[in-house]
Amino acid sequence: MSERKATIASRVGLHARPASIFAAAVGELPIEVTIALESDPAEDAMDASSILSLMSLGAANGDIVVLRAEGDGADEALESLVKILETDLDAE
Amino acid sequence: MQSFTGVGVSPGRIIGSVRQMPKPISEPPAGERLDPATTPEVATVELKAAAKVVQAELQRRADVASGASKSVLEATALMATDPMLIKAAVKLVTTGTSAERAIWESGASVAEMLHNLGGYMAERATDVLDVRARIVAELRGVTAPGIPDGDVPFILVAEDLAPADTATLDPKKVLALVTSGGGPQSHTAIIARALGLPAIVAAVGVESLTDGTEVYVDGAAGTLQVDPGDEQHTLVAAWEHIAASLSVFDGTGTTSDGHLVPLLANVGGAADAVKAAAAGAEGVGLLRTEFCFLERDTEPTIDEQVVAYKGVFDAFPGKKVVVRTLDAGADKPLPFLTDSTEPNPSLGVRGYRTDLTSPGVLKRQLTAIATAAQASSAVVWVMAPMIATVDEAADFAAMCRVAGLKTPGVMVEIPSAALRTASILTEAEFVSLGTNDLTQYTMAADRQLGTLAALNSPWQPAVLQLIELTVAGSIAEGHSKPVGVCGEAAADPVLAVVLVGLGVTTLSMTARSMSAVGAVLKSVTLERAQELAQLAVSARNSDEARTRVRAELPILEELGL
Repeated sequence: MSERKATIASRVGLHARPASIFAAAVGELPIEVTIALESDPAEDAMDASSILSLMSLGAANGDIVVLRAEGDGADEALESLVKILETDLDAE
Repeated sequence: MQSFTGVGVSPGRIIGSVRQMPKPISEPPAGERLDPATTPEVATVELKAAAKVVQAELQRRADVASGASKSVLEATALMATDPMLIKAAVKLVTTGTSAERAIWESGASVAEMLHNLGGYMAERATDVLDVRARIVAELRGVTAPGIPDGDVPFILVAEDLAPADTATLDPKKVLALVTSGGGPQSHTAIIARALGLPAIVAAVGVESLTDGTEVYVDGAAGTLQVDPGDEQHTLVAAWEHIAASLSVFDGTGTTSDGHLVPLLANVGGAADAVKAAAAGAEGVGLLRTEFCFLERDTEPTIDEQVVAYKGVFDAFPGKKVVVRTLDAGADKPLPFLTDSTEPNPSLGVRGYRTDLTSPGVLKRQLTAIATAAQASSAVVWVMAPMIATVDEAADFAAMCRVAGLKTPGVMVEIPSAALRTASILTEAEFVSLGTNDLTQYTMAADRQLGTLAALNSPWQPAVLQLIELTVAGSIAEGHSKPVGVCGEAAADPVLAVVLVGLGVTTLSMTARSMSAVGAVLKSVTLERAQELAQLAVSARNSDEARTRVRAELPILEELGL
């Protein structure tokens, strides 16, 4: 099990456009990725490819989230996803 | 020849073929089971395929959209195949529920979850329900809900149009709008006038017209005729000739004897303002600032606001621009200001009242307006919507002066403000009548309800009398402070004459209406307008008021209005 933490950089938090971009990126990966708020237990983690899950997570600007994945290439995949979360996607 | 009559809300005559707005998707019956001829495995594959088709269609729309609607469509497209939505539905299919019913229930629970999260998420609940309806339509093999798409322009017939529909309406594809419901001040009417499309509302029975039927629509008379003949073709040709001459406004609103009534434009942003200036508008009578920020889920920064407002001011150097502060609530919710769960939004915290629940937003907006005003040469006035009392007017005026804005005014939309205009004008420098809301509140009739269309007319003598009282209040105050009109009433060339006769000093309207209003106004003297105003005020009801005044204005026939 690989695990990475990321700080939400988008000013509006992880919904709207930033959530679409992130969910689409996860959806293109061959592995399953979960996402949870740092303060929540691992068993509450949700499917990171679901925009509805991301929206219900309610992660705001500055919140720390935990990404988890298993399998081949999990480390590299999580690394690229962390980069997306730590970019202010709203500014683009 | 079969014909239908409704209320004409936007002039123009046209012949074209009918396209019905698809019926809303009906709920699959509770407990609907899988067809015995299929298996859960097959139904699951079909459900996933339908979801993919819907996603692709929404993504295609997102690709050609721009700005805020693009990002909303992109998010909505992803929702169609979202694991949360689909997994719950597949689970139901596995236990023998039909695919249609399964996605219906799964969509309902997701929408409820979003609704309970409140704010921005609650707004997105509607998108989930839209996606759900599209997937059911795809499974059933029927047309998806929403405005039909096609290459040949058509006459759109619907029960009524919602703001979301009108936002996706392409004026190159739609020739005219005809609805069986809706009133003269419904969204359908407002959007039709803004786009210059002929439109009829409250035309009972038009839902029975079949797609492809050729019809003639007269948006001034409010009539629709099936299988038009030579007479109708001649009328259309005559209208095209008139429309060409009516499309030009010479830039001066005046009666025939030289009483000046500046014609101003209602705009929602810089693009509108540039078009309005080109069309000859003598200024802006209503800048709807909330239109710069609809679909925003957070408050725009002061810098963003300065850019948006300055864009409008720069289109009118040396001219008057009246800025209305954020008018959120009721039919124009803004997630950062309004509470979507209010039981009675039109009587709730909206307009100026949002300063009670979200203090600071108005103050920052006034700072932004003042900053933009200093950087441009437009003459900037500011007004607050939904003012009910003299104290509110005084508080608003004080806030404006602190921000450095010298000409604060208020909107008269609530009958109490019309009755108290003399006192209000001791605090404010001008008033502007918002006739849509003034009518709705005077008659206690929801603007969107077709059944109440007759009550919801600005021709109601009670509404005209309140306008007369507002003008009398300004005279009583003693400084002849301006009384403008910025509601839909000002865009009706016949009613515009009545308003001038009642003593209104400026008329603000959608830029497309200025030429028609200007042409009719030029055909009467001020004294004649005053006589016509009295004919209307003394009428027994709105129909009689309108009929009486129309009969006295021969130019209407000439111009096809």
